[in-house]
Amino acid sequence: MKKQIAASVLALAMTVSCAGCQGGNSAGGASGGTIKIGFVGPLTGGNSSYGQSSKKGLELLEDQINKAGGINGKKIDLVEVDDEGKPATSVTGGTKLISSDKVVAIVGPVTSGCANSLAPICQANNIPMITGTGTNANITKAGDCIFRTCFIDPFQGKVMAKFASEDLKAKTAAILYNNGDDYSKGLFSAFKANFTGSIVETENYNAGDKDFNAQLTKIAAKKPDVLYLPEYYGDVAVIAREARNMGITATFLGGDGFDSPELFSVGGDSVNGAYFSNHYASDDTSPEVVQFIKDYKAKYNSSPDAFAALTYDAGKVLCDSIKKAGSTDATAIKNALKSYSGTVVCGKISFDNDRNAVKSAVIIKTVDGKETFFKKISA
Amino acid sequence: MTLVEFLQQLINGLSLGSVYALIALGYTMVYGIIGLINFAHCDIYMVGAYIGFFVSTDLHLPFVPTLIVAMLGSAIAGVLVERFAYKPLLRKASSISLLITAMGVSLLLENGFNAVFGGSPRSYPHNILTQKSISLGPVRTDSLHLIILLTSVVLMVLLQIVIYKTKIGKAMRATSADKDAAALMGINVNATISATFAIGSALAGAAGVLVGILYNSIDPYMGIQPGIKAFTAAVFGGIGMIPGAFLGGLILGVIETFVTAWYSPLSGAIGFIVLIVILIIKPSGLLGKKVSEKV
Repeated sequence: MKKQIAASVLALAMTVSCAGCQGGNSAGGASGGTIKIGFVGPLTGGNSSYGQSSKKGLELLEDQINKAGGINGKKIDLVEVDDEGKPATSVTGGTKLISSDKVVAIVGPVTSGCANSLAPICQANNIPMITGTGTNANITKAGDCIFRTCFIDPFQGKVMAKFASEDLKAKTAAILYNNGDDYSKGLFSAFKANFTGSIVETENYNAGDKDFNAQLTKIAAKKPDVLYLPEYYGDVAVIAREARNMGITATFLGGDGFDSPELFSVGGDSVNGAYFSNHYASDDTSPEVVQFIKDYKAKYNSSPDAFAALTYDAGKVLCDSIKKAGSTDATAIKNALKSYSGTVVCGKISFDNDRNAVKSAVIIKTVDGKETFFKKISA
Repeated sequence: MTLVEFLQQLINGLSLGSVYALIALGYTMVYGIIGLINFAHCDIYMVGAYIGFFVSTDLHLPFVPTLIVAMLGSAIAGVLVERFAYKPLLRKASSISLLITAMGVSLLLENGFNAVFGGSPRSYPHNILTQKSISLGPVRTDSLHLIILLTSVVLMVLLQIVIYKTKIGKAMRATSADKDAAALMGINVNATISATFAIGSALAGAAGVLVGILYNSIDPYMGIQPGIKAFTAAVFGGIGMIPGAFLGGLILGVIETFVTAWYSPLSGAIGFIVLIVILIIKPSGLLGKKVSEKV
């Protein structure tokens, strides 16, 4: 009897724990009047804020397109899978989208590590993959099926290094980066190559570390003008707090990984006064941004962050290209994407020969727990 | 490295080590008495952090009541795990089945919490325990690290008193020495094992709350990395030995910090190389005895 109770409790708990892993529904293999598009992103896990925002952006697009009659008369059907921010899970999820859901193209994955892992799979299956947020330089090198609608890490690192030298007049910089993460390493090397002052200290840590005091003690001893933190918001907030406790007064600089309201809820006052490069600023006044924010607020009653806008853009570029191609054939979609040129939320966009987006970047400053637009830097 | 930097790194190392020590205490205690490497220990730590988060955020409890509620909640969680997952196996199955069960419970708790509460990091209310920077001449530390170090020392002493000076402690030692003989002498072995889990889990819960406040960020997977480090610390000090866990935690923290300060890419590796070397020289750990007597 006791065993039965134990078994049923376990079974119940397992049902609960599995509820999160079923993405979209996989009913109906053949898509009669619909075009199936896959989405892969971290809907749970440490970077879930990115995945959830991206998903909302994409679902807004789905609503808009379907209300307007779909693509060439066919409605789009979004199939979402959760990669938990883990490369291995993104491969399993992406493979499921390709083989069992039979999607025509995939939007995502949201984070660079996952995009790097899924890209070769999409390439091998001849499924166009378009990431709106995977900024690591290697992603699109997997082949001609892989596109991205955001700028790449070398550009982002360069923008920040130039900004630090020219606008902030920084003479000395220190860098603390994550040794186990493609995104972090990509930004680090680009910043290092482009900063004109001297880099007085370079330290790194392993993914999952929460105690950075050893590295920060060394950095504090060098008293740098700026401290570059190429990392996602969760760890940035922890590092920033420890750095301020350690007496480091340097200005914090970072990349688009800073972009999340949770940066402030965990980091508190220590993350104020930082600058980071981003794809878009919500207080930008261009008509595309204003319209997007209005639509997003109407649907979700909250403000979109850059991930929502970027993934919306990736989806928009893909849907426009499918429309232009006039078919869901992979080669036709690829050709339409290659010649794409248009204006989306984050500005004017086209693709270079490596299928990377050519577009501008913005610098955001954190003031009183809010992100404020500081400067626009063109490509 | 200057003297000031050296002292600062030593303090950093002791601070990090006190976190490991706090978690290692519960690990080593359960092992010492039951002989089970409780991999779910680091997830009970996570459960404690979440209980503390909810009572401090939703019920606005101050620090001490939060800590007590989290310890009680973790103790209950630990006993539930023991009752439903371990107890049916403790007598009959081999220790390897128990170990696998412990891993299963660990994954269930992590993914269950992830499914129910989501994976985004959450943070404790800012006013629960203010983190003050404390300067000791040119070196600095902060109030929270001191509290954690102090808590580990106090809990270690308390545990030693419970195990060596109380009736339940005597029952625990008897159970540890020989379960069947203890039962023949009229000791309620089941209750003793449950008590062991309750105490070990309460320790984990306390660690969860303190570390949750220290890093101001909790998530369902927060237990994995410190769990591995704390387990290492426990083995390092001699698994089953309570002062060993404390010492092992501090030493591991200091080694890791100095390696990081010397060459950060090797921080993860060198600590474990030192561990292997020490275990080759002294297989039972720093304070471990060769005899089979545990605790």
